[in-house]
Amino acid sequence: MSEYLDPRGLSRRELLKRGTALGATFIVGAGFLAHANDAWAVESKALSPETMAAIIQVARDTYPHDKLADKYYAIAVKGHDDKAAEDAAHKTLMEDGVATLNSMAVATGASSYLAMGWEIDRVALLKQIEDSPFFQAIRGGLVVSLYNQKEVWPIFGYEGESFSKGGYLERGFDDITWL
Amino acid sequence: MSAPYKTDDNSVVVVIGTGAGGGTLANELAQKGISVVALEAGGRHLPDDYINDEWPSFGQLAWLDARTTSGDWRVSRDFSGLPAWIVKAVGGSTVHWAGASLRFQEHEFRVRTEYGDLPGANLLDWPITLEEMEPWYDKAEYKMGTTRTNGIPGLPGNNNFKVMKAGADKLGYKDCHTGRMSINSQPRDGRGACQQAGFCFQGCKFGAKWSTAYTEIPAGEATGKLEVREHAHVLTIEHDNNGKVSGVVYADKDGNQHRQAARAVCVAGNSIESPRLLLNSASSMFPDGLANSSGQVGRNYMRHMTGSVYAIFEQPVSMWRGTTMAGIITDESRNDPSRGFVGGYEMETLSLGLPFMAAFLNPGAWGREFSSAMDGYENMAGMWLVGEDMPQESNAITLHPDTKDQFGLPVPNVNFSDHPNDIAMRNHAYQQGQAVYDAAGAIRTMPTPPYPSTHNMGTNRMSAKARDGVVNKHGQAHDISNLFVSDGSQFTTGASENPTLTIVSLAIRQADYIASQMTAGKL
Repeated sequence: MSEYLDPRGLSRRELLKRGTALGATFIVGAGFLAHANDAWAVESKALSPETMAAIIQVARDTYPHDKLADKYYAIAVKGHDDKAAEDAAHKTLMEDGVATLNSMAVATGASSYLAMGWEIDRVALLKQIEDSPFFQAIRGGLVVSLYNQKEVWPIFGYEGESFSKGGYLERGFDDITWL
Repeated sequence: MSAPYKTDDNSVVVVIGTGAGGGTLANELAQKGISVVALEAGGRHLPDDYINDEWPSFGQLAWLDARTTSGDWRVSRDFSGLPAWIVKAVGGSTVHWAGASLRFQEHEFRVRTEYGDLPGANLLDWPITLEEMEPWYDKAEYKMGTTRTNGIPGLPGNNNFKVMKAGADKLGYKDCHTGRMSINSQPRDGRGACQQAGFCFQGCKFGAKWSTAYTEIPAGEATGKLEVREHAHVLTIEHDNNGKVSGVVYADKDGNQHRQAARAVCVAGNSIESPRLLLNSASSMFPDGLANSSGQVGRNYMRHMTGSVYAIFEQPVSMWRGTTMAGIITDESRNDPSRGFVGGYEMETLSLGLPFMAAFLNPGAWGREFSSAMDGYENMAGMWLVGEDMPQESNAITLHPDTKDQFGLPVPNVNFSDHPNDIAMRNHAYQQGQAVYDAAGAIRTMPTPPYPSTHNMGTNRMSAKARDGVVNKHGQAHDISNLFVSDGSQFTTGASENPTLTIVSLAIRQADYIASQMTAGKL
């Protein structure tokens, strides 16, 4: 995760000291979002750290994989912060989308989208906005930005390239035994 | 005279495209001593360049020029700018094809007679028969080293095949094997044997799979009679005052335009670009486009009835290991209208890597139903369903009225809607595919929608009579005697088999015909 660490060169410990807790999962501060328990942090250049935290949760709720840590979702949506830094309309799309989700959450009695305890309740909100440009931008991007991370492939059992290892002729192309 | 040729040399045969049709034709003509200029829109990528990684490979090889779509097919909604997944490179789609090499069945050359008059279907018998095609199929299988022909053993079955076979046996299917594949099961023709690498769709880095990129093309070039120009994107075909084609205009890598004179022109740009090129070549003499007196150019677009079934088992399958299309069940390819549809379909194993599975399993889907299926990826087996779809006049390649490509020419719009027969066949195929996996012990099966088209056919179809189609039984335009169509767009109907073997067979046959016409002084 070093490529996503704070560019000011602060250590994660220092970042955590400067931040405040956002729910149980995240620590947010000026221009960064850090995981409370996992050893990573991500810079937020254009979007507020709170918005980034909500988008990471939206990403997980869209393609929930209990075996994937939050950092893979954080990497997968980082492009939206990059794009927001160059494209004011995209920044508005993301900030407004999260604001909408938060107001929908408030209407259900929760304090924010992130504060909703159950996936099924958050998904019910996403379902209401699934045709919106905001949700489609996040969902559509994830198809590649999540599943095309080489780091997640082994978690799904996928082995990636095989040419350098000589293919599978001697490495189990027909090793099935349970049939 | 030998390659390279001058652009004003009007003794050359110009072949447009270097895939299964164009690449084969160009080599066959060169072997006969005929001067050939092959114009290829893409660049040259060889096995060392191919990438074992789905998205980067897609970026390297796929035809990504602008296209539009319409019709009720789901591809138009999910992949609106990508109607077809085909290749822009020397070798064309033989770089990424899976290798399945099946002959059409006897009745599939005369489906109008066999199936009768089906409402909404523009059925027509081919002007040739299986019997006439058999010697050319023989030559193609020998050329391509197709397994289970010419004494070449079948490929060994991988895990994905073993799962299919177990289900097929339990269901009582009789004809399930590792296929007739143009992938070397043993070293042959200077190329090694399959190493079961997977990634057949990304170009075979071992060169075990037949592709014109490293078989036909270098063989033709070695004669000194074939010049291949890469990054030569043909824009229009020109004709003289007598209505004979006289040359082609193409753009090079930098967008500069050139004119290559020609004795004859053979169009093999796949079933979207080939009719588009004829339509974009309209002139005062041919206002509806070249070779289009029948009005059939671009019509009857077929893409095969397709779909996939993926199934999740309790234990690992690792389907990505080994040949992508590793086996076949042919029992359902017969014509048996008692199933509720005419024609038949093949069931062929297929696998996608994790990145493409995410993109194609159920485009647009989200939530736990989708992600839990992806969680089962390691335990997944998969098959592709491929059957005969009905030609319909309204399924057509047309010129988009507004959208232009990088050269300022109208882009092709691909309009496609399923015929009721296609839908009935797909539903049957889904049911049988799921039954195969259920019989093998699946805990979850998923009928997966069609991908962007890989089999593109029929848009310049062959016909006995000029009013019914674009070309005659030799792929020669009814209207223009020195204009030929040399790819799958000349198919009268699509049959249930993967098209490449038939495209190659027709190209070998066409080369003989062109040579004989030249000898007879008619070309």
